[in-house]
Amino acid sequence: MEEILLSLRNISKNFGEGDVLAGISLDVRRGEFVTLLGASGCGKTTTLRIISGLETPDTGEVILNGQDMTQLPPESRPVNTVFQSYALFPHMNVEKNVAYGLRVRGADKKTIDARVTQMLELVQMESYRKRMPAQLSGGQRQRIAIARALAPEPQLLLLDEPLGALDLQLRRQMQVELKRLQKKLGITFIYITHDQEEAVGMSDRIAVMRNGRFEQLGTPEEIYDAPRTRYVAQFIGRSTILTAKVERVDGGTALARNENGCFPVDAARATLREGETIELCVRTERMRASASPVEGFDLPATVREARYAGGSVLTYAVLADGSEAVATSEARMADAPEPGARVYLHWNPAQAAVIGGASYGA
Amino acid sequence: MARKTAAQKREDRRNALFVLPMACMAALLVALPLIYVLVTSLAVGGEGSGFTLAHYKALLRADYLKVFANSLRLALDTTLISLAVGYPFAYCMARAPRRWRSLLMMLVIIPFWTSALVRIYGWKILLQANGPVNAVLRGLGLIESNIKFLGSYGSVLLAMVYCLISLMILPCHSAVDKMDFTLVEAARDLGARPWRAFVTVTLPQTMPGILAGCVLVFVPSVGMFYLSDIMGGGLVLVGNLIRDQLLKVRDWNTGSAMSMVLIVMSAALYLLYRRSGGDNLGVM
Repeated sequence: MEEILLSLRNISKNFGEGDVLAGISLDVRRGEFVTLLGASGCGKTTTLRIISGLETPDTGEVILNGQDMTQLPPESRPVNTVFQSYALFPHMNVEKNVAYGLRVRGADKKTIDARVTQMLELVQMESYRKRMPAQLSGGQRQRIAIARALAPEPQLLLLDEPLGALDLQLRRQMQVELKRLQKKLGITFIYITHDQEEAVGMSDRIAVMRNGRFEQLGTPEEIYDAPRTRYVAQFIGRSTILTAKVERVDGGTALARNENGCFPVDAARATLREGETIELCVRTERMRASASPVEGFDLPATVREARYAGGSVLTYAVLADGSEAVATSEARMADAPEPGARVYLHWNPAQAAVIGGASYGA
Repeated sequence: MARKTAAQKREDRRNALFVLPMACMAALLVALPLIYVLVTSLAVGGEGSGFTLAHYKALLRADYLKVFANSLRLALDTTLISLAVGYPFAYCMARAPRRWRSLLMMLVIIPFWTSALVRIYGWKILLQANGPVNAVLRGLGLIESNIKFLGSYGSVLLAMVYCLISLMILPCHSAVDKMDFTLVEAARDLGARPWRAFVTVTLPQTMPGILAGCVLVFVPSVGMFYLSDIMGGGLVLVGNLIRDQLLKVRDWNTGSAMSMVLIVMSAALYLLYRRSGGDNLGVM
């Protein structure tokens, strides 16, 4: 039984310089980890601020547990935020920071003490109770910010690029910890990031945002394997995008051709019509370059450069029209093709995604 | 501590050169007169020679203490009213849209550029028995006969606040302006109503500005007496007393002793402020 905790219905917001949000809708299930992923300025922070009540939408509704919260001030919503800059109160020690949400809601001292201890244990910061925020490292502040936001037992936790200020090592470690925490507590997370690796690794579902709209909403696998637009394909992972005309559709497979040659398309992955132009996204790690032609494919290219990428070799090859394709091989650097060598590109058609075409839904 | 290299020492000497003109000025205009006052307050006076504390002991008279109390009360009231009016003003100014902010700032600073004396005479005209304020009140039917504003404690307080409030507004404004308002958002997000968020976050965060403003208003308030004279308040303040000692009674020793008490009080207040974590009075 999957129950909807939060519904955004047709939210739009305009700060006077064009739409920041252009009518977005989103349903989040209880216990789900949803990530809003996008470049800066795509409207993800505004979406979060509308959910927390720090911003009011121009149109649309924010519904939590079936209740319309659109006009409620932030203090009346069972939603807490972990801010990007942490926003710990500099004049209060760790304990007082974590206790703040309980104190302003009028909890008694005993309850507060117990809850603060519990929260600090949860983020493994028990021994820092009396420290001031200025005496903590970035990672420690991060933990306190999470403990503070969790202390009032919110139904929904909003995290605004919480790991953005940490270095890579710490960020990876915190990713694992955050995910573990979310599973353990069963709290619904809405997470903002511009880091696609973070999004793919942690989320149950990802909403890729662009220009105040959801470009695609789906599980990390869906987003990665079946990007619906060129933007999503390019934003997440690395890939080569091929534009070609469908020559014939023949049961399960179709053949597409352009000036570089021809290749098969898995017709099961999209509705294809003969004569239409499509775009196909082939992930870099699924693209192969072999020295001899492969059955069904005719995509010759010239090697520009081969580069070692830790465990595999990336081959940068130039197609007949001058565009570039990137292929991966498990070979060692010594076996990599020389620059100038002729290679033939191929891949498993079932693993390539059609991302656009005349008959493709806009 | 690590020893300084020759290059650092050279640099220190060069920097000291920049401080020299200011040091000379301070010595000439502040230190020398102060030492003169200190010596005068301790000198036996008259035909005698040597030093004595008699002039300080002479201050411990009921009527003098009353005068000191008057001054302190006026300074305290001035500071509190300046804070009550100045802080909200400074807060609104710092939070106002950018184009409003410079206008409000001008309103605070322009009076600074005109003579305080002229502005206070302006108030005097406004408040006099047949002046505009009384006329308006009468016109509105709020009063039947003219109110005698001038000479009241309130009118003196008004003039004091009017002259000194910008010293409260500027550091408060700077403190509010510097504050990170994400903290207030965090407080609201955690369940604090606006007023609660203000008291628990904004107020402590802007406290350095408030303290600086209070020191900046209180210290000159204690010694200020001419406003009271102009507004016709029959109030005798420390300033009046010192002036009378120096210019009328010609008892320079007692006048100097009074001045020293005032200076020590101000210095003590400033030190207290420094001890409480304040640094540059929030004006730099």
